Amino acid sequence: MSVEALSRPRPAHDGTDAPLVEIVGLGRTFDLSKRWLNRVLEGSGKVTLTAVDGVDMSIRRGETYALVGESGSGKSTIAKMVVGLLPPSAGSVRIDGVDIWKELGGAEQRQIRRRIQMIFQDPFASLNPRWRVGSIIEEPIKAFDLITDKRERENRVGELLSLVGLDPRDAGKFPHEFSGGQRQRIAIARALSSSPEFIVCDEPTSALDVSVQAQVLNLLRDLQERLGLTYLFISHNLAVVRHVANRVGVLYLGRLVEEAPARTLFSDPQHPYTKMLLDSVPDIDMTGRERTPIAGEIPNPVNPPPGCHFHPRCPLRFEPCDKVRPPLKEYGQSRAACHALEEGRVSAHRD
Amino acid sequence: MTAALSVRNLRVEIPTRRGVLTAIDDLSFDIAPGEVLGVVGESGAGKSITGSAIIGLLDPPGRVAGGEILLSGERIDNLSPSAMRQIRGKRIGMIFQDPLTSLNPLYRIGDQLTETILTHEAISAKAAAEKAERLLVEVGIPAAGTRMSSYPHQFSGGMRQRVVIALALAADPELVIADEPTTALDVSVQAQIIALIKRLCKDRGTSVMLITHDMGVIAETADRVCVLYAGRLAEIGAVRDVVKRAQHPYTHGLMAAIPSLIDDPNEKLEQIPGSMPRLGAIPAGCAFNPRCTYRFGRCMRERPGIYPVGASDASCFLHDASGEAPPAAVVRNAIDAGIDVRASEGAEP
Repeated sequence: MSVEALSRPRPAHDGTDAPLVEIVGLGRTFDLSKRWLNRVLEGSGKVTLTAVDGVDMSIRRGETYALVGESGSGKSTIAKMVVGLLPPSAGSVRIDGVDIWKELGGAEQRQIRRRIQMIFQDPFASLNPRWRVGSIIEEPIKAFDLITDKRERENRVGELLSLVGLDPRDAGKFPHEFSGGQRQRIAIARALSSSPEFIVCDEPTSALDVSVQAQVLNLLRDLQERLGLTYLFISHNLAVVRHVANRVGVLYLGRLVEEAPARTLFSDPQHPYTKMLLDSVPDIDMTGRERTPIAGEIPNPVNPPPGCHFHPRCPLRFEPCDKVRPPLKEYGQSRAACHALEEGRVSAHRD
Repeated sequence: MTAALSVRNLRVEIPTRRGVLTAIDDLSFDIAPGEVLGVVGESGAGKSITGSAIIGLLDPPGRVAGGEILLSGERIDNLSPSAMRQIRGKRIGMIFQDPLTSLNPLYRIGDQLTETILTHEAISAKAAAEKAERLLVEVGIPAAGTRMSSYPHQFSGGMRQRVVIALALAADPELVIADEPTTALDVSVQAQIIALIKRLCKDRGTSVMLITHDMGVIAETADRVCVLYAGRLAEIGAVRDVVKRAQHPYTHGLMAAIPSLIDDPNEKLEQIPGSMPRLGAIPAGCAFNPRCTYRFGRCMRERPGIYPVGASDASCFLHDASGEAPPAAVVRNAIDAGIDVRASEGAEP
């Protein structure tokens, strides 16, 4: 079997252009309360943290959708709910029209799970140090009973290794024999081994050095072209996102504040938070571009500000911002949630 | 003018069971008074070890095996531990990556600051407390007076790093060593902290050695930058020269590999093949030669010295006007890439 044959033909466009992943009203709360007895004795109430709050988004086949946000914005929580690692408290995740969190029959569940894979941030934590690389990569193949013949499975592992730029003989080694970038390649090979269509990449290059980061980003791009993959790419690094994404969603304290095609988001950001985030990217090209200094820090998510979560840091805040949550509305190609934009207090587009 | 810090031919060794590893090999640089020198490199390049060696806090069994470290012209690498303690905190301030681990969680912020000031200055407790509060105001902590009695866990990450900066500046040091001061912070806060360090050191005329892996932070903050690779100096020069017109093939590749907000997102990123060698397996000759696109015969045999190129210095044979000349094709490629080759062109292979 050639490397090319590993990829199933690109999912046929049936003309409807239905998104591969559809997320509707997704929410997740965590209960941080003390134990019942302590609550009674100390008279303290329940404490909940809303990590993700009513997020709607859809990901088209073959595209890279990037989620950006600072720590505590709910990026990773969304990733876990999308791959099926963490049940949502509200809303639904549909992959190819199937709600992955609905009660599915065992076979159906396995079928849908095979099509979703994940790449984690830290390649030093995501590979079992006691397993040989070959066993790590073939585990999904075994788990989904994709190839039963041992010899054939070994061949497949070899092909996957060469697909990600490693030597097929590396299958016999242990993870500690590899550098960070090589380990991330192993994690990618493992994610590809069940022939998925959709891969969630949670900060795949944050733990890597820049020269190695470029290798991994280029590899992910090549694989997408060759295998027709769809990515949900999670990152806090806007310059990286600009390089990989077709569309970008910006999260702030668990809510989507802006979503736009990548080109539009970077050339014409709408939401004041997005503008601020772009301004805070270090000016590595030394263009001396004008930058607005940013005030404040992300507030505590247990007790977020009322109304628009961003209003205490926002230069454009006015009457309704501290009371009413702004709805996500369309402005040209972008969607943004901001009262100032809604009321036309700032022109939606640059001249 | 005497340099605030002068490092001469520094060599740091780490003896292990399998032999002695050389973590820093023949490293020299100067920091002028009031200057911000960025020290960049990937993990394992020896940035933090350089910082630890300067302040005399190398983790054993690591040791300074050669060279000199001079602070305003006085040697400090051969001082006794107690003499070094007088310098640390007093004449060299330190800011570390994780503000939570550099503050004592059991002491109030005000007490930690006052203690530092009292250790280094002969003033009354009251005057020290006043100075501590002034410092907190200076680093931008709101309601500094009441925050003096708060514990570190009551501050957010960015505010904690501000407290650490106040601690580093408490005894008005000549030099501040900041080791990855913004790496643990979110981007929006990172920009605030960079601006703060820059402003404070400018106001006070403090020299800064800023250690980071983030070229963006360097481009924003530093006056000059020193690029390390495998414990050796690759290139040193004014920040604009190094960022815009890197002369060492490694720096050149590194700059091209960093995604930016103005390059074409549809183009692939340039990548340097392979990764930095481990300390135990540094290749012979130039440490970068297995990953270098411009290497030629000499690179595998001899170790390059430091050669001047324009206003920078780079450790690459492309800039050595004497000795074996690089092949014509290599010279042409390097010139096309924007490297000012000084070596004479060799024959066509």
